[in-house]
Amino acid sequence: MQVLFARHHVRMYRFVLRLVRNEATAEDLISEVFLDVWRQAGKFEGRSAVSTWMLSIARFKALSALRRRPEAELDDETAERIEDEADDPETALAKKDKGALLRKALSGLSTEHREIIDLVYYHEKSVEEVAGIVGIPAATVKTRMFYARKKLSELLKEQGIDRGWP
Amino acid sequence: MNAIDKETQSEIEELLPWHAAGTLSRSDARRVEQALADDPELARRYELVRDEFGETIHLNETLGAPSAHAMEKLFDKIDAEPARKAALSLSFTARVTEFFASFSPRTLAYAGSAAAIAILLQAGIIATVLVKEKSAGGYQTASTSSNDPGVGAFTLIRFAPQATQDDVTKFLENNKLSIASGPMAGGLYKVRVSMTALPKSDLAALVKKLQENKIVGFIATTE
Repeated sequence: MQVLFARHHVRMYRFVLRLVRNEATAEDLISEVFLDVWRQAGKFEGRSAVSTWMLSIARFKALSALRRRPEAELDDETAERIEDEADDPETALAKKDKGALLRKALSGLSTEHREIIDLVYYHEKSVEEVAGIVGIPAATVKTRMFYARKKLSELLKEQGIDRGWP
Repeated sequence: MNAIDKETQSEIEELLPWHAAGTLSRSDARRVEQALADDPELARRYELVRDEFGETIHLNETLGAPSAHAMEKLFDKIDAEPARKAALSLSFTARVTEFFASFSPRTLAYAGSAAAIAILLQAGIIATVLVKEKSAGGYQTASTSSNDPGVGAFTLIRFAPQATQDDVTKFLENNKLSIASGPMAGGLYKVRVSMTALPKSDLAALVKKLQENKIVGFIATTE
């Protein structure tokens, strides 16, 4: 179990953290994820990578935690993401860095779009693996990814970056 | 170069994120490569995908890692769980080995962590061996128990990074060895080579023989 934990806990933590946006909650959740892995080890059929199986469990835990979270907290979180129209010096500097703006836009995506972007780009999951983790058809995975990227372009455009797409 | 038709462009465009991540099948990857070569606009859009890909990794990599508290909490919970049957844990371990083979090429390309992973893999391998030995009761003699960590003759061994679980298990079985402790710093394990103390010359000869095995990366005598 130590080996499995050592190998996967950072990535699981980051996946969960990106969804719940709270470090303490993410830490609690990953220990629950690994406990479930421990308990359900006998049920793992080996038809997918262990990481894919664990991401499914992590996703379920994270979304359950989000559902339990009080609305007020969600509102605060949303408010934090609302952009200030006026550019402070920091923002002005950030605008010079397209990468920083892209990362900011990535953080501003909805939970649904964040998770698919992360699963594809960071966790290197194939269309079929994402379909299995998220529980949607493969065709929907592709269209959801497309719309996540489209939303990313819109967020960038709001920050003055026109990617010329879509 | 000729631009491809719109329908094909849309279809290929949907695959670009997976192409950037290297997770497409070989045939799909070939189709995408061909389309990128034929369609400059698609190639331009692929550059946008590559930007997103790079920044998503950057963003995630800067998220940090959980504190040691998460691990402590987990193992406290596991300790509080009812005792597991050995068969289940071994079955799980066997399955864990399957995921080692499923790493994607890019994951493996994270060279910075490769060495650490190799040591962790070996820790898993050795843990399996220990579990097996424990469930079998370890080696027994009439006068002493092999479970006494101080009895016998010992070596320090670091296994080669490419050594598999099977390799290590066979190596230990064939040579009647058992893991006394480890992993220690540098991925070293203290391995019992004899149930009784051996003369220095015998131990040196044994070390020389074991050193010839390709799964042994390093070996030395120890107390």
